[in-house]
Order: sequence, then C-alpha cells, then structure tokens
Amino acid sequence: MDLNQKRTRTVDRVDSVDPDLVSPESTPMCPFPDEVLEPVLSLINSHKDRSSVSLVCKDWYNAERWSRRHVFIGNCYSVSPEIVVGRFPKIRSVTLKGKPRFSDFNLVPEDWGADVYPWLSVLAKAYPFLEELRLKRMAVSDESLEFLAMNFPEFKALSLLSCDGFSTDGLKAIATHCRNLAELDIQENGIDDLGGDWLSCFPETLTTLQVLNFASLNSEVSFSDLEKLVTRCKSLRVLKVNRTINLDQLQKLLLRAPQLTELGTGTFTQDLVTRPVADLEATFGSCKNLLTISGLWDTNSLYLPVIYPACASLTFLNLSCAALRSFELAMLLIHCKSLRRLWVLDTVGDMGLEAVGSWCPLLEELRVFPADPFEQENVAGVTESGFVAVSRGCPKLHYVLYFCHQMTNAAVATVVQNCPGFTHFRLCIMNLGQPDYVTNEPMDEAFGAVVRTCPNLQRLAVSGLLTDLTFEYIGKYAKNLEILSVAFAGSSDLGLKYVLGGCPRLRKLEIRDCPFGNAALLSGLTKYESMRSLWMSACNLTMNGCRVLAKEMPRLNVEVMKDEDSEDSQAHKVYIYRTVAGPRRDAPPFVLTL
Amino acid sequence: MSPPLLDVEGDGQGNVSLMTSVSSMESIFQKNAGLTERNYLGLSDCSSVDSSAVSGISDVKRNNLNLKATELRLGLPGSQSPERDPDADLASSESLDEKPLFPLLPSKDGICSGSQKIFVSGNKRGFSDTIDEGKWMFGSSGTDSDTSNVNVKISPGVQPAMIKDATSKVASQEKTHATFGTNLNKVNASNPPAAKAQVVGWPPVRSFRKNILATNSKTNDEVDGKPGPGALFVKVSMDGAPYLRKVDLRSYTTYQQLSSALEKMFSCFTLGQCGSQGAPGRESLSESKLRDLLHGSEYVLTYEDKDGDWMLVGDVPWDMFIGSCKRLKIMKGSDAIGLAPRAMEKSKNRS
Repeated sequence: MDLNQKRTRTVDRVDSVDPDLVSPESTPMCPFPDEVLEPVLSLINSHKDRSSVSLVCKDWYNAERWSRRHVFIGNCYSVSPEIVVGRFPKIRSVTLKGKPRFSDFNLVPEDWGADVYPWLSVLAKAYPFLEELRLKRMAVSDESLEFLAMNFPEFKALSLLSCDGFSTDGLKAIATHCRNLAELDIQENGIDDLGGDWLSCFPETLTTLQVLNFASLNSEVSFSDLEKLVTRCKSLRVLKVNRTINLDQLQKLLLRAPQLTELGTGTFTQDLVTRPVADLEATFGSCKNLLTISGLWDTNSLYLPVIYPACASLTFLNLSCAALRSFELAMLLIHCKSLRRLWVLDTVGDMGLEAVGSWCPLLEELRVFPADPFEQENVAGVTESGFVAVSRGCPKLHYVLYFCHQMTNAAVATVVQNCPGFTHFRLCIMNLGQPDYVTNEPMDEAFGAVVRTCPNLQRLAVSGLLTDLTFEYIGKYAKNLEILSVAFAGSSDLGLKYVLGGCPRLRKLEIRDCPFGNAALLSGLTKYESMRSLWMSACNLTMNGCRVLAKEMPRLNVEVMKDEDSEDSQAHKVYIYRTVAGPRRDAPPFVLTL
Repeated sequence: MSPPLLDVEGDGQGNVSLMTSVSSMESIFQKNAGLTERNYLGLSDCSSVDSSAVSGISDVKRNNLNLKATELRLGLPGSQSPERDPDADLASSESLDEKPLFPLLPSKDGICSGSQKIFVSGNKRGFSDTIDEGKWMFGSSGTDSDTSNVNVKISPGVQPAMIKDATSKVASQEKTHATFGTNLNKVNASNPPAAKAQVVGWPPVRSFRKNILATNSKTNDEVDGKPGPGALFVKVSMDGAPYLRKVDLRSYTTYQQLSSALEKMFSCFTLGQCGSQGAPGRESLSESKLRDLLHGSEYVLTYEDKDGDWMLVGDVPWDMFIGSCKRLKIMKGSDAIGLAPRAMEKSKNRS
C-alpha cells in the first residue's frame, strides 16, 4: 500500500465519538513509520482500545482507520452507514445493534425501525468483500437476507440475535448462495418458521461450516441432509440443533463430529429404546473437546447421566431449557469440576444451588431463570439461601442473573462479602415492589452493599422495593458502572439525580415505571453525550421537558413514542441517544423526534 | 355507577327498575327484551354466553350487561367501545395501553371464561368490585406467553403513595401487588384471592424463554407422575412383553399416530424374534415387519373403557376414544378371537 497516498487523504471527523484531534502533525510527536505502526495496530482488536488509539494524533488516526477490520456499532442510529464507510475503508466484519433492550420485553412497538437493509445497501458498495455480519435487535427481512446472500461473494459468518422480521425463506437464500459460509448462528429471533427445508439448501460442495446454531427454530429439518452436512464439514466446532432432533439422531451426529467444542442437543429423552443408554454415554465420552453443552430439552434422570463422561472438561453448561430438580442437578455437577458458567432453571431450587456451591469452585457466572415467570402463587423456585450457598462455594463468581420471589438485605450483603469481584449483578425479585421479606424494609441496603463492596461493578439491575437511597448509594459508590436497569423503583426525582450526578462511566441507562420527572431528566443534560442511550418509559416525563432537553442538546436524538391514549403532554416512552447522524429519517409515525 | 347492577344474576325482570337512571337506555332495553341478544360486549368467545343464553342467563341479565357496560362507558373517559375484541392478540405492545373493557360480572355461569383479558389504566379507577372469582388466564400455566398478559398502566403519579402504603403495612405478596395499579383486587370474601394483574414486560424474561419453559413444565410433571394440564397417560400392555409402557393420548390426534407410536414403542419386543438390529437400515425393515404383525391377525389393539369392557380400538371418533379409554392392550390374535375378524377387516380398511 502506498503510504504517501494515505497521508494525503482527508480525515473524517466524527464528532461526539471523537473529540477534535489533539496534536498538529509533526514528526517528533510520531516517530514510528507506518511500516511499524500498522502491524502493531493490527493486533489491537478491542474497539475501545482502537478508539483510544485513533485519538492520539492524525497519523495514528489514519493508521488505525486503515488497519481496522471489524467495526462495532452499538446503536445503529448513532451513526450513518455513509459515515462509517467513509472513515473505515477496509472493513471485513460488522456488528450492529438496533433496538433498545426493552424491546425484548415487548415495550417497543413493532415497526419501530432498526432496519438493516439501508445498511446493507451501503455496505455492499463499500465492502464487497465483507465476511461477517452480526446483528442484535435489528429488523431483518427476507429481502435483506437475500440481498446479503447475493451481494457479498466472500460472506462467511452470519449471526442473528434477537432480530425479527424474517422467515426461514431468508435462511434458504443464505444457505443456497453463500458458498464460503462458515458460521450460521440463529438465536432467539422473532422468526417466521415456515419449515425446515432451508437446511437442505446447503450445497453438496459446502465444506467450510464451523458454526451451525438453529436451536431456536421449531420445524423439523431433514436429518439425512443434516448428517451429510456434518459429515463433510470437518471443521465444524459448534453444532446446536433444535428440539426435533432426537437422541438417536444426536448420537449419529456426534459420531460424525467428535471434534465439536460446543454442542446443543435436541430433545434429550425418548420413548423408543433402540440402543442401550451405555452406547450414548460412550459416544459422549469420545467427544474429548466438548467445552459447552446446551439444549437438553425434556431430559430426566434416565438420560441426563449419559453426558457425565463429557462433563469433566466442560466450562459452560446451559440447562436453561431443562427443568431439572435439585438432586438431578447435584448428581450432574459432581462431574463438572471445571465449570465456569452455569445457566439453570429455578426448578433446581435452593438445594440445587447448594450443590453448585459444593461442586463448582471455579464458577464465574451463574444465571437462574424462572421456570414459571407468571405464576404468582404456590411458587417454588429459588430464594436468598440458594444465592448465599452459591456465593460461599464459588468465590470467583463475578456474573450473576438471579430471578427469585424473595430476598433479604442481609443475604445480598453476605453474597457480595463472599464474592467481592462482581462485574455483573442482575437481581430480579419478580414480585413488584417486594421489600426484604424478613425485616419488611426496602432493599436499599442490599444494593448499597453491592456497590460499596464490588469496585469492579459494570452492570447492575435492581428490583424489589427501593427508595431514593438506593440511587444515592449507586451514584456515590458505583464508579465503574456502565449499564444500569431500573424498574418500579425510587421515590422522587432525587433518585435519578443521584445516578446522573455520579456514575462517571455510565453508558446505558434504562428505566421503566419510576417516579422520575423532568427535573431529574434535565439534571443529566451534560451527561447524555457521554452515554450511548437512555430509555425512560412510564415515568413522569412530559413533552415539554423532553423538548427542553432536545433544544439544549442538539447532538442528541430525543425520541418520544406516542401512545393512542396517553395525553398529549405526557411523554410515555422516551429514548434518548447521542448521534452524529442527525434525526432518524425512517422514524415511523408514532416516533417523534424533538 | 349503581352497585346494585352488579348483583344482577338470578334476578328477573325486577332489575329493569335499576335502569331508570339511564333513561335513553331504558327504551332500548325494552325493545331488546323480545329480540335476539346482541353481542355488544364481544362475549362470543364465552361459550356459556352464546349457547346457553336462553337457558343459563336471563335476557334481562344479558341486556343488563350491555346496559351496564354502556353506562360505565359513559362514566369513564376513554373507555373501550364494546365491539373491541377482547381476545385480540396483545403480544405487540402497540396495544400496551388498552383501556378498560366492560366489567366482568361475578357470575357463576362462567361468563368470564379464562380467555378474557382485562386492561386497566392504573390512573383511572378500575373495576375493583366487578372481578370474577379468579377465573383469569394470566398464563399461570405458562402456556400462553404474551397474549395472556394483562396490561396495567402504572401511572407514576400514583406510585409514591403506593410505595408508602407498602412500607407501612406488613408487606405480604398480595398487598404489594395490590398497590401497583391493580385496583382489581377487591373480591368477594368467599372467592379465592384474585390472581394478580400482570404487567407488560414483567418479569423481564424473553419471549422465547417463556415458550420453552411452558412445555418443559408439562414434561416435568410427567416425570413426577402427576399429569400436567394437557397430558392423559394410560398404560399400554402387550402380551409377552416383560413390562408395560405409558402413552400420553393427548399427544396424538389420530388413530394412525397412536398406532405408529405404539409400533415404535413395542418393536423392540417383537424384533427380538427377528434377529439383531445392526445397521440403521434394518430399523425400518423391522418396523414394517411389526406393522405387518400388528395389522395381520397376529396382534390386535384393544382398550378398556370406563365401564370396564374391552373394546377394539378404532370404532369411535378419536375424541370420544380418549375420553373413555382407561388403558390399552396389544392382544395376540389368538386371545382376541371374538374381535379378530373385525380386526382383519379394519386393518384392510385402514391400509
């Protein structure tokens, strides 16, 4: 590459992401020739580090933009595709995130936006050799998938997480036309499942597949086509099948692909016993490289033990589709001494969690999902004692997502005493406004303990009965907090003011159903440009308050979603984010940009 | 609103007098007295209402319902029009802020069947005294994901007071729920506590997870031996087999499905006679052998019905069959001499 040519290119200025470059171009400041700088920079993969690199000086900015191969866009409306392709000429991999996270819980209306098509049409011209596309919470249509399949001849990896708007027809297009496909990862999307014949569209010549995840699709696929595909793709390392694949079929697949590192099983029980269970167990034993097992639908005490031979080296076990009971989990965990991440349903109960504490000393991440989230009476599930039991046995625990019906301040304080290294603490007490069930006090002290004891806390989700005191604690102590989720909490504007006044690293703040009003919103005026986004729904905001904010901060998009019945002056759902792309041009009629 | 309206059930024409407060409605009411009911409230999904309109509910009461709804609609700003289909899919949050629909009468007739949904605006006065005896479908079985969510618009203005309430009282679970915009909690003392109203997007569980969990809980119940809401397990015995099996009749919809499932289930017993299994191709071969065995004179599928009689499977419609079947038995043809000729005839007709 002609280095002189590079130096003469004009530098794109990206304002709120990139403050003005500091130093004038002068050789003493930048003694490294590009031949040295480029290879060094190409080793840097973290996009945050790359951002920092690009701020050093013009030379570094240029070197960085030419060497960047992967671009991460956390909010698809914060920048336009034209700006991105203008700054980075040689991108091979794009990650795009669209809708606010609360869209996962039906708080964002359909047709809100985040359509990937406008991006694809720009990317096709600028990066014809694009290889990877990872989308999260984007609106993806079949047309977009077809466009993707037809316009990027080198395309290798597609990952769709929590997207919606497409059907299995779109997958057919991908399977048919992407000759070099290495990764197809379809997770948890709002997909129109029209049938399983998309899998049969992979050509016989395709041998490059490394990752195939269709666990969230419902339709049956042709097993013989799947088996042939697995057989000829010798580099396959991740295979996650859907529930229609039975145990016999799974065994056949495992025999074809003993090199797998991540396995998602299908249904893990059977009526018909054609082969003894010992056979299946031996097959699992022959898969020496397995690190992750998931799926395990419908499993029970008879069949779960077949995975024991593979458990010793497992680092991630995802049992969130298997309603295990405490003793079943305990028997399993005895074999899982290397486990680092565990996802379970709350059917395992506190006793199951005690087993976790006993057998998994290396555990770093625990997620306990509710088996019956809407059942409000006669609920079993897990309580504070299970939480404490895990913390006692797993001192390395740093990520927890815990759904429960009751909790105490003392228990949470004990947990963080035992595990002060928490980076992600997401506690969901499912009963709204539930206080400490022993003392009947608010849960303020619990989260106070969390933020005081865990200096590395990056992500926090609070629940239960909370007053402004919780937020005072958060604002005061949570210096590294980046993501905060609040629902049905707080007593007044002060709560939000505390948070906005503290938390220097806050990036994403999502709030629903809290008594925070305009004064609180406006107290954070200067903060919002340093954040990715703010979501506030069912709070006390009014249109006037939002208008004031929009006027004061022109580089923010202040979007209000109108409801049919809410009064005109109320701002029921507000989504605020920084952007260099100006107001959305594709906003639907119910989204007002102020 | 006149509370006596709510105690309408069982009363006859005497309730007409209660309508006098709505003079314009009165004339409509009298006109309607002799006519067919109009389904103003979208109660068509309540079978008890439609089919038993004459038998179970008096005309007066039906019309009272209409009138009452009308009256209340006038009283409350922004209420829904009664033509609104209460069963509209509310999974999309466009319908997040549905207005209150007609109130449900605490009727023993089950007017308020499980498929009704109620929408309450947290700010406005809910129909606190009109709640049915807990016949709500809140997805408590976990089978319905979003469609069974009840919208509760919790106005933040109401909240601070509610929080104070909660802290000052002994915070039982129910009370706590009561404070969050669910003005629906006042029920008759004789009724079990009303199910709590649900809030959109709470708990924050992704929708794919709700579906997985629902079907899993059913499966888990099977393992426990307690049938889930949908399962109907019956024993299946086969002559000569060392142990019995159980099948869930509700997981099939035709005799053909049941028959092929049983073939698969019991093939291992008859296959023993056919030699070892070996390569996968042999499975289908052996299964077809079994099919021949079953459809031939060798085996006959029978069931024991509620009266204790052994009947041949296949005579009655499927739904009637699963309603009366207590257990299944795969009989050898020699034991089923009395039934065998019909069995052969049946198998010829079937294939």
